[in-house]
Amino acid sequence: MLEGRNITVAYDHRIAVTDVTLSLKQGEITAIIGPNGAGKSTLLRTLNGQLPRSSGSVLLDGEPIERLNRRSISRRIAVVAQEAELRFPVTVLEFVLGGRFAWATHSGWGWETERDLDVAESVIRETELGSLSARLMSELSGGERQRALMARALATEAPILLLDEPTANLDLSHQATLLSLVRARCDQHRAAALVVTHDINLASEFADNILLMKQGRTVNNGRPQEVLTPEILRDVFEIRILVDAHPVTGGPRITPVHEPICD
Amino acid sequence: MNRVTLRKTIVACAVLAAALLLAIVLMSLLGSEPLPVRASLCALASFGTSTCGLTQDQFAILFQIRLPRILLAAAVGGSLATAGAGYQALLRNPLAEPYLLGISNGAAVGTMIALVFFGTIEWTRPILAFGGALVATLAVYRLARGRAGATPERLILAGVIVTTFLSSVIVFVTVLMDATKIRSFTFWLLGDLSGTSKALLPLTIVITVAGALALTLHARSLNLLMLGERDAFDLGVEVGRVRILVFLVASLLVGSSVAASGSVGYVGLVVPHLARLSLGSDNRISIPAAALGGALFVIVADTVARTIIAPRELPVGAITALIGAPLFIYLLKRA
Repeated sequence: MLEGRNITVAYDHRIAVTDVTLSLKQGEITAIIGPNGAGKSTLLRTLNGQLPRSSGSVLLDGEPIERLNRRSISRRIAVVAQEAELRFPVTVLEFVLGGRFAWATHSGWGWETERDLDVAESVIRETELGSLSARLMSELSGGERQRALMARALATEAPILLLDEPTANLDLSHQATLLSLVRARCDQHRAAALVVTHDINLASEFADNILLMKQGRTVNNGRPQEVLTPEILRDVFEIRILVDAHPVTGGPRITPVHEPICD
Repeated sequence: MNRVTLRKTIVACAVLAAALLLAIVLMSLLGSEPLPVRASLCALASFGTSTCGLTQDQFAILFQIRLPRILLAAAVGGSLATAGAGYQALLRNPLAEPYLLGISNGAAVGTMIALVFFGTIEWTRPILAFGGALVATLAVYRLARGRAGATPERLILAGVIVTTFLSSVIVFVTVLMDATKIRSFTFWLLGDLSGTSKALLPLTIVITVAGALALTLHARSLNLLMLGERDAFDLGVEVGRVRILVFLVASLLVGSSVAASGSVGYVGLVVPHLARLSLGSDNRISIPAAALGGALFVIVADTVARTIIAPRELPVGAITALIGAPLFIYLLKRA
């Protein structure tokens, strides 16, 4: 599906990502974790073809991404990023219909088809925004806006989802709902998802694979049980971390231990 | 606000087009010289093929003076409102306006250079005005654009910098001008339709229609661009290409209207705002509506400008600013 080989990205005279290789597989969620400035979001933007690479390649269904046009990429890769500030009044439905742009027969003109509307209404229901679809985006809470962003990404029907901190503004229950939606896409539609997150426990619970990064490099890449060990996490985050079994799922559960700093 | 559909767009545009046509006819009857209503309507309906009993002077006033001026007002208004809507999408900010950003000043510098160096060759004016507008647009864009698009503060600061810089260039070029032309020139700078050039009128109309069509045909891309360049890119918009198109088309619209009538301010702010307020933010409806509404707005403003203290006249820019400046303050407070 989507594959990055030996990706190196440099900008502003700084190397942000060095020699990272990863591959998204159908039906699987991959989480990227790591400290601030590890190059997680940069890697995600590079996989979408937005940031240029210094070396390495990005292959979408086997084809180099730079050979594909934007609309054909957007039909296959959807991105959920930090929400941009909206300065124009736009309703939730209009916002979500933006996800259907790549399917339009003409890139500039044209109207939404019945199918576009059906898809939009169905993802609005899925993201529990049904009662808000006629409301303006500016009237929504942070969490509702985040769900609208997710709805727009789902409306693209892209089989690959790239999510950059999708749960940042969400409360506990909506965090779980949102990642369950991603999980459902992967299970039912054979989609693949890449999630950049700071929430290691959420990654542990939902991800099939975890890519752990530090200073632009891959530290570890594998199943949560392989990556989330106290030794590896301590090296990366430079803080003592307890790992035990989650009482319900049995997966690794992470507890940072804040020790007083003394010499 | 209901979702915008083709049907709703056609209805809104048809209503505005009818109002525009009505305004063109009615406003041509108003002026310091009263014209007989029935005979004038009859002459207008015949497209000037019959005098319908108008005297030669009356016929000339109607067809040689008023109608060209009204048509130019329509073209200028349509151009500026469309360009405003384009800049607003490009800069992601409803406060973007060609006059306030200094882009009209850029076009004015271009026009002045044409006047000073190629005085009699009229078609050089819109070309150099286009060049001036393009340079000013690029400057504003580079200065105003931050990570989160153009914040109101950045945008206004960028506009102030470009405007003041170009104003000093204008002063510099004015010194090079013939002293007898300076007074009419000052009026022109404020936006004045009294010196309507018959040679430039058809060109201005063609550019207005073509520019409004070009932007309307990219309305879906602009809808997404309005939400952010990164979002638009992610959703499949060829951001670079659309950006260049808006740069070129909006600069062309501002250039041709400034070359013909000077810097009429605030049209690009007032009209797109009203269009969005009444019809929603979808550019598929708000751009064509702004184009038609802008034409209507400047026709009415210019009629006020030429009749309110008749037989003397005000520059139309004074009227549009009188309406636009308070609205700008209101929008700024809300931003």
